[in-house]
Amino acid sequence: MPAIRFDDLTLGYDRHPAVHHLSGEIASGSMTAIVGPNGAGKSTLLKGIAGALAPLDGKITLARGKRLAYLPQSADLDLSFPIHVYDLVAMGLWNAAGIFGRIGLGRGGRIEQAIAAVGLTGFERRPIGTLSGGQMQRALFARLLLQDADIILLDEPFTAIDARTTADLLALVQRWHGEARTIVAVLHDIETVRRAFPQTLLLAREAVAWGGADAVLTPANLLKARRMVEAFDSHAAPCGRDAA
Amino acid sequence: MLYDLFIGPFAEFDFMRRALVGLVALSVSGAPIGVFLMLRRMSLTGDAMAHAILPGAAIGYLVAGFSLPAMTLGGLAAGMAVALAAGAVARLTVIKEDASLAAFYLISLALGVTIISLRGSAVDLFHVLFGNVLALDNDVLLLLASVATVTLSLLALAYRPLVMECVDPGFLRSVSRSGGPVHLAFLSLVVLNLVAGFHALGTLLAVGLMMLPAAAARFWTADITRLILLASGFGVVAGYAGLVVSYAAGANLPAGPAVILAAGTLYLGSLLFGAQGGLARRLLPRAHLQR
Repeated sequence: MPAIRFDDLTLGYDRHPAVHHLSGEIASGSMTAIVGPNGAGKSTLLKGIAGALAPLDGKITLARGKRLAYLPQSADLDLSFPIHVYDLVAMGLWNAAGIFGRIGLGRGGRIEQAIAAVGLTGFERRPIGTLSGGQMQRALFARLLLQDADIILLDEPFTAIDARTTADLLALVQRWHGEARTIVAVLHDIETVRRAFPQTLLLAREAVAWGGADAVLTPANLLKARRMVEAFDSHAAPCGRDAA
Repeated sequence: MLYDLFIGPFAEFDFMRRALVGLVALSVSGAPIGVFLMLRRMSLTGDAMAHAILPGAAIGYLVAGFSLPAMTLGGLAAGMAVALAAGAVARLTVIKEDASLAAFYLISLALGVTIISLRGSAVDLFHVLFGNVLALDNDVLLLLASVATVTLSLLALAYRPLVMECVDPGFLRSVSRSGGPVHLAFLSLVVLNLVAGFHALGTLLAVGLMMLPAAAARFWTADITRLILLASGFGVVAGYAGLVVSYAAGANLPAGPAVILAAGTLYLGSLLFGAQGGLARRLLPRAHLQR
């Protein structure tokens, strides 16, 4: 049973499609990289899966009873807000604790473990505004860890952070994959995709190729994807499938 | 001597005790609201909404004179209407929320003053604009205490999602649908506290005991919990100090402005000497890594 299924999915803003008539499945427990040129609709697709953007057409079906976590590309965090790293990470327990549930003693151990797992031990009492970009990404991964989700969506999680942090966080993602969670990550570093991601979706508004990284990431496919994004005419008349 | 200055007035005069009780209730509930307004960069929103209450209270006054229920209900209705209208205008038109708030509060202030002047005297107008903290009767005190109780209970209930909505609204949206209702509840608390403040300090100064202690506290701590406690404490201190100074100065210094000036002094002192980004710390930097 697939974790996520797309049926003739069109997503976009203001009637302009960013993802156009995408159909396909993401298997439960799989680890998929979404790659493609700028404007290919990668982030839009993740937003759609996360439920932050309603489809213009078609539908997205999530496996029943699966919990989803979503790390957007640039979280709209208010870094000047006076709370500590510990509190930020603890937000990941929302599903387990809700508005009133206690996150103290019993679950406190889990918060500290999550902070340790991303290598931020000793930073618990730091105000979030004092973290570097890489440290902030580590803290957000610790929060993801506590969310304990079955489907994890990551939008450019390794952009603008150093190689060491990337390696640590990628190891964490691989650990999640080993725990049979479904991972979908938008990435632009082709080398990382080849090395670490078994499945790849090359997107250019529609799927150019989908499957194993080596079969998908051929020069011919990449060139085709770039051409498809550049050639797309957003002023074209509604296409036959839209009109139907 | 010290007794005459600091305790005597409260032991001797009922109206001083009532004023102190009222200001303590206002500080304890208004200051935490002020902290969240400040952290959400909505300080001016609070100010605008304080003005927006005026026409509603004025209509209550027009209908029933200086009647506590009429002016309270009118103020609550007008405050909520402006809060929602400003949000809607910002969402539906090209005007940003700050500009639409400025427009609404200017209209409200002019309208309120006009309505009061229709029926009342200049003394009434003065009372509405600046309040009369030395004339709090039982009903007003009961209102202030009730508002404080409701505010603190609701803040405690909604604390977790409220903080999450401030820090990372996108994340809260992804795990819960409570963001919208929590924001609305928060706006209602702002209006409620402004109406309470209106009865003691008037429409122009009501926001003072909300924002000044919060802004002053921000110069001392970078922890939300301590910030809330400290702001409430500053509010209480300002209320007490303002009353003492106003009493000592005799009839020359009205109590309401004296309280706000005391809060202002706390703010300026914190601005200069605060441990978190105060000016003195900035101008006399220590060797880095030194605490």
